[in-house]
Amino acid sequence: MDRKVVIPGEEIATGEDYLPGEGTEKREGKIFALKFGLAEEQNNLIKVIPLSGNYQPRRGNTVIGEVENINSAGWFISIGASDSAFLSMNEVPRFVNKDAMDEVFEIGDVVCAKIWSMSKRGIDLSVKGRGLGKIKEGIIFYINPNKVPRVIGKEGSMIKLIKDETDCDINIGQNGAIHIRGENVEKELFAKKAIEFVTQKSFIEGLTEEVTKWLEENKK
Amino acid sequence: MVDKVRTTDRVTGERIAKYLSEGKRFDGRGPLDFRKIIVEKGISKKAEGSVRVKLGETEVIVGVKLGIGEPYPDSPNKGNFMVTAELLPLSSPRFENGPPKFEAIELGRVVDRGLRESGFIDFEKLCIKEGEKVWTVFVDVYSINDGGNLMDAAALGAIIALKIAKLPKYDEEQNKIVFELTNKPIPITDIIPIPVSVHKVGDAFLVDPTREEEDLSKTRVTIGISNGIISSVQKSNSESLSIDEMKKVFEIANEVSKKTLKELQKYF
Amino acid sequence: MTAKFTRPDGRGLKELRSTEAKVGIIPNADGSAMFRSGDTIAYAAVYGPKKMHPQHQQDPATGQIRCTYNMNSFSVSDRIKPGINRRSMEISEITKWALEPVLMLEKFPNQVVDVFINIIQADAGTRCAGINAAALALAHAGIPMKDMVSSISIGKLDKTLVVDLTKEEEDYHEGEGPTDIPISMTSSGKITHFQLDGKIGVEQIKEAIDMAKEACQKIYEIQKKALKESIKEE
Repeated sequence: MDRKVVIPGEEIATGEDYLPGEGTEKREGKIFALKFGLAEEQNNLIKVIPLSGNYQPRRGNTVIGEVENINSAGWFISIGASDSAFLSMNEVPRFVNKDAMDEVFEIGDVVCAKIWSMSKRGIDLSVKGRGLGKIKEGIIFYINPNKVPRVIGKEGSMIKLIKDETDCDINIGQNGAIHIRGENVEKELFAKKAIEFVTQKSFIEGLTEEVTKWLEENKK
Repeated sequence: MVDKVRTTDRVTGERIAKYLSEGKRFDGRGPLDFRKIIVEKGISKKAEGSVRVKLGETEVIVGVKLGIGEPYPDSPNKGNFMVTAELLPLSSPRFENGPPKFEAIELGRVVDRGLRESGFIDFEKLCIKEGEKVWTVFVDVYSINDGGNLMDAAALGAIIALKIAKLPKYDEEQNKIVFELTNKPIPITDIIPIPVSVHKVGDAFLVDPTREEEDLSKTRVTIGISNGIISSVQKSNSESLSIDEMKKVFEIANEVSKKTLKELQKYF
Repeated sequence: MTAKFTRPDGRGLKELRSTEAKVGIIPNADGSAMFRSGDTIAYAAVYGPKKMHPQHQQDPATGQIRCTYNMNSFSVSDRIKPGINRRSMEISEITKWALEPVLMLEKFPNQVVDVFINIIQADAGTRCAGINAAALALAHAGIPMKDMVSSISIGKLDKTLVVDLTKEEEDYHEGEGPTDIPISMTSSGKITHFQLDGKIGVEQIKEAIDMAKEACQKIYEIQKKALKESIKEE
């Protein structure tokens, strides 16, 4: 089956051979879409890759968020999910003085963190690890979280291409927040435009070639 | 960022401000450049005049309706005028349902003053019978997408909507309006009160901010100016300006208003 | 048999007005759409799912949907005073009822999906246009849904049934006068909204339902096309 755009309630396939995957359901031997997105079949499993929708946090995700509150045990960080996430002082790789929490992170700081646990209580973050912690410089912008895999590309190929061609460090949060840091603002804005190009064209065939071409044409 | 009511983050904010201090903006404009003004006329057949105005991602719609009312005792020979603005929750996660908040009220009032005080509308010609009956002109503004600078978009929309509006038929015997447009325009003059909101971001001044830039704006001065004559001013927000800065703001407004007028006249 | 009924705008009895739909019209929203039936234009924007505020309205068992229907002051010839009124409050709730059955809100405990509808220009059928736009905006926002919802107004003018009434037809004065029957249903034919204002017999109302089913199918195809085309454009 070719990939095709489906809308909620649309019949994708008929037959007992097919199994309903994510974003689909089976009713009377037929597979129906439950979301607007791209229907895909692999080994008889049919799923719908959503094209839109808010961030659904998962364990292991790297996210970029803003400190919105502080208590005596840690920091509340908004990551674009419906619940704010908590970064405990125990998950910071340095000594934290309880009376001066804001020496580590203050309200409004931008932090790159990992979701290490999710429960009914909420989302727990950690900044122990390479590349995690406070973001001090650069630009941050937001794309739809469902387009993050496209921006990263197969085994990181797309983002590597953009990094190489723009000379920028790029951090992608699975929540759709993207941090770019380069030698100067022009380079950062160029990288941002390149990523936006990917998100706009994310469903065309031969995207890598298109992006290569775009980068070539727009490079100053 | 919770509930997507995010304002521009600190890190990006510092970048925007630093870039501005070099006279540059993220979207490539100079500090005193407006985005392209796009106007679509006649978006509601049920209005006496209506327009859609787009400035980049910002979109507002403005409609003019007419009614018959009594004049105010202190101006028995003048028509009535009222501007209302609704910042629809449809247009931004920042806006909520419920009674109008300050931002919407201020927007309506500032647009109102700019139009009223400039002499743009010849109020005496809106008088039907002195002391008894006058036309009431309603200008209603709705935000459709907030991408920064709703203020100027609204005022520009109001100018064009009034410019193209036609009076409806008035049935004198029955004392009511028949919604059937005549050829008669609303009595307006050549004095066009161009709105210019000047924002201070970091130490720099700019006009027509994007949403990100408006988030960083410490103070805004909205000026209604026509041919170098200022008819309304509103300085908003709690950051002070020096005397020299304030003087500079008026120079900026004067300069920018000339370019804006030229752009706007394409749609007259 | 009575003489053949002619509609003021010359349309066939089962003919929709010129109809158009587009998604993604409001960049700030999580999902958005425009739906136009003739001279009736509705915009809808969806924000969420997001945490429900105030907190005491949160439901740990399921997510919720809130709808707000609003007519712009200059969408009709007699200016409407801005703000909510009894009519808009009722239509807001009707819209919610029309859409809720297809939404899989149980996936979003303690959260809320906000739907805002604005009527830009009105020539009857505004609640139907609003529901059509809202269903599109919800799908566009990636909200999980069992099905789409499509809405149409069936009219009885004197004795004749017609689809997609205009304001002029709503004000029809001859014979038995006008009856307005706005109906919304899923593409599989589940009725989620039904109202009636006027006079009609039981046999004829059944006929009206069948007409609505046929018309909603056409609306559904227009909605489907709008969503699919939004990807091509990208």
